Amino acid sequence: MCLAIPVLIKSIEDKEAEVKIGGITRRISLWLTPEAKVGDYALIHTGYAINILDQEQAEETLRLLKEIAEAEEKD
Amino acid sequence: MKFITEFRRSELAEGLISQIHRKSKTPVRFMEFCGGHTVTIFRYGIRQILPETIEMVSGPGCPVCVTANADLDKAIALSQIPEVIIVTFGDMLKVPGSHSSLQKVKADGADVRVVYSTTNALEIAEENPTESVIFLGIGFETTAPTIAASILQAEERRIKNYYILSMHKLCPPVIRALLDSGEVKLHGLICPGHVSAIIGSHPWEFITRDYGIPCVVSGFEPLDILQCVDMLVAQVENGESRVEIAYRRGVRPEGNREALKLMEQVFEPCPTEWRGIGEIPDSGLKLRKEYQHFDAELAFDIDPGPTYEPEGCICGDILRGVKTPADCKLFGKVCTPEYPVGPCMVSSEGSCSAYYLYGGDFEG
Amino acid sequence: MKDKILLAHGSGGKLTHELVEKSFVKAFANPFLAKLDDSAVMDFNGRLAFTTDSYVVSPIFFPGGDIGKLAVYGTVNDLAMSGAKPLYLSLSFIIEEGLPQDELNEIVDSVQQATQEAEVEIVTGDTKVVHRGSADKLFVNTAGVGIIPEGVDISGNKARPGDRVILSGTIGDHGIAVLSQREGLSFSTQLESDCAPLGSLVAEMLAASPNIHCLRDPTRGGLATTLNELAKQSKVSIRIEEEKIPLREEVLAACEMLGFDPLYVANEGKLVAIVPAKDADKILKVMRENHYGTGAAIIGEVKAEHPGRVVMKTCLGASRIVDMLVGDLLPRIC
Repeated sequence: MCLAIPVLIKSIEDKEAEVKIGGITRRISLWLTPEAKVGDYALIHTGYAINILDQEQAEETLRLLKEIAEAEEKD
Repeated sequence: MKFITEFRRSELAEGLISQIHRKSKTPVRFMEFCGGHTVTIFRYGIRQILPETIEMVSGPGCPVCVTANADLDKAIALSQIPEVIIVTFGDMLKVPGSHSSLQKVKADGADVRVVYSTTNALEIAEENPTESVIFLGIGFETTAPTIAASILQAEERRIKNYYILSMHKLCPPVIRALLDSGEVKLHGLICPGHVSAIIGSHPWEFITRDYGIPCVVSGFEPLDILQCVDMLVAQVENGESRVEIAYRRGVRPEGNREALKLMEQVFEPCPTEWRGIGEIPDSGLKLRKEYQHFDAELAFDIDPGPTYEPEGCICGDILRGVKTPADCKLFGKVCTPEYPVGPCMVSSEGSCSAYYLYGGDFEG
Repeated sequence: MKDKILLAHGSGGKLTHELVEKSFVKAFANPFLAKLDDSAVMDFNGRLAFTTDSYVVSPIFFPGGDIGKLAVYGTVNDLAMSGAKPLYLSLSFIIEEGLPQDELNEIVDSVQQATQEAEVEIVTGDTKVVHRGSADKLFVNTAGVGIIPEGVDISGNKARPGDRVILSGTIGDHGIAVLSQREGLSFSTQLESDCAPLGSLVAEMLAASPNIHCLRDPTRGGLATTLNELAKQSKVSIRIEEEKIPLREEVLAACEMLGFDPLYVANEGKLVAIVPAKDADKILKVMRENHYGTGAAIIGEVKAEHPGRVVMKTCLGASRIVDMLVGDLLPRIC
């Protein structure tokens, strides 16, 4: 459940943001994420940002998965 | 697309699949609670590529599937009131109530509109000041804060014709009820990713503490599910039972404090009926006294009539993970996505729908 | 005050004649229409392909097109899918009372431009005006005829195990472009409908190889529905690979946001061809050289096992069934 996708915050005006994903832009609400900044990636669900994506953690996860892939290949 | 396509890369999937096959020795049954996880699992054929030691079973995490017939009947009754506009997420349109569905009443002339966001619902309310706009509030803890925010915005903008029919539900209580029933033996739980983005990972600790079942919070891409399964297997093989977050880019252990604050400001827990499961205490949300003027049930006088459950429908058993769609006599014969009998077939993430559309255990 | 279409414009009297002559006959100028007879009369030599479709798209103007353009290309494409050279169309309007005259004029211009691009003529037509509320601004019906060249025999039941499945370009563009205009969904995109005439593309494909087995354009219900229809008609299974399906980023993004599967989103300028394996590369090359086939790709093949089914190999390497679209595509939160 809970379809939420990561979007890039392009601009902020009051409690609203203009966001972009894959060439689509939309206005979304920042009522649930007042700490959002331009340049952040946010998870949006039904037109609201529900969380700010942790980009470092995303890179870390991918790094971990790459390590697993390399280790498994060797075996 | 950033943070989506990277988590679908097949070469990374291969590594995880290989590791899972190598490490998984103990036969286990894992449950994915969340309907969105069910869709990913079926859509990418994940069940086929997991080793024989791992059995996957789907849980009741589909807010549409678990909406009681009686609640649907209320929504339908409200749609019959003149000068009412029912605004809803698309998921609810085809769900059968006791006698009808929102899609059917819409075809008969009721004003029922589908939106992507409550912000659209507020616009509809502002554009139609002489009509009453009733928003059907479904969803778990991911969605409830957005509905709460819409109510606070309605107050701010002095919108007097916006109402909510709250059918929101909470996850931890239903998981507890499921585990207490002892109907299904589980060795691991794939915890919902976006619910956890709101409530954090601490609310799942009761599962490891009271039931000894490993829990891992997962994201929604295929690599996320595989990583989660890998982490569950590791816990099982090491005899551990703790709450871990695999979906680290989306979930913090403390969750989203602002969202929780708004949700608690506007709503309070109440007992609610779960289709196929029954009433569970403190598992639903109702509007607090200060916001009761937004409550559609209080503002409008309706008589939805007696509730009728379709015969032969075993959605309840399927939602609790006790039976699979293949066990249902109606599945695929009488009950299809075109002519659904129960909600598990209607909702795009209901088990029956997933089974039907993606071919269940299709091999080949 | 802007001119609007009135009920009187459809009553058959003076206003109707004025509308037909000033707006339609003038725009589509050709000897058939100029006669203003009850029927257009013509000679045919060869096998006739004959089709019809009604167009009720809302909104009537959308990014990349309008209902008029759609009405021409849609019917032209149905003819092309039989291998026919599209020739003549009929054009019927059912206009809702109150439609602004300049909107109708814009649609008529669009129809005229589309007929030029598709190299067809409007030879007969009809106009009705209905009460406000009885039609959603404008409904259009077109019927079309074309001639099928000798030796060409294309049908949905001719797919054979071993055949290759070719898709002429990206999927989902039309459906998402139209959706971006719908109330309650509001997102902005540069994406336009892929609405296009495929007659010339098909002619070039047949020139490269007359042995094409099946042709179909995946309109409503998307690629998935079309492939299912072909699999059932031919009693074979069709296997496609997810990673080979051309898809624009904007379409993927919109589908992810709204919870759609691009396989089910409508297209208006694409075709699926099922061809013998030995001709596949040759046909693909020719397609890519045509303006309307630049994004063409081989997306799968035909097999004998599991007849009637469409199976997709996912990016994980596992396979899953792809079923037909059921009901409407609805945005979801779950």
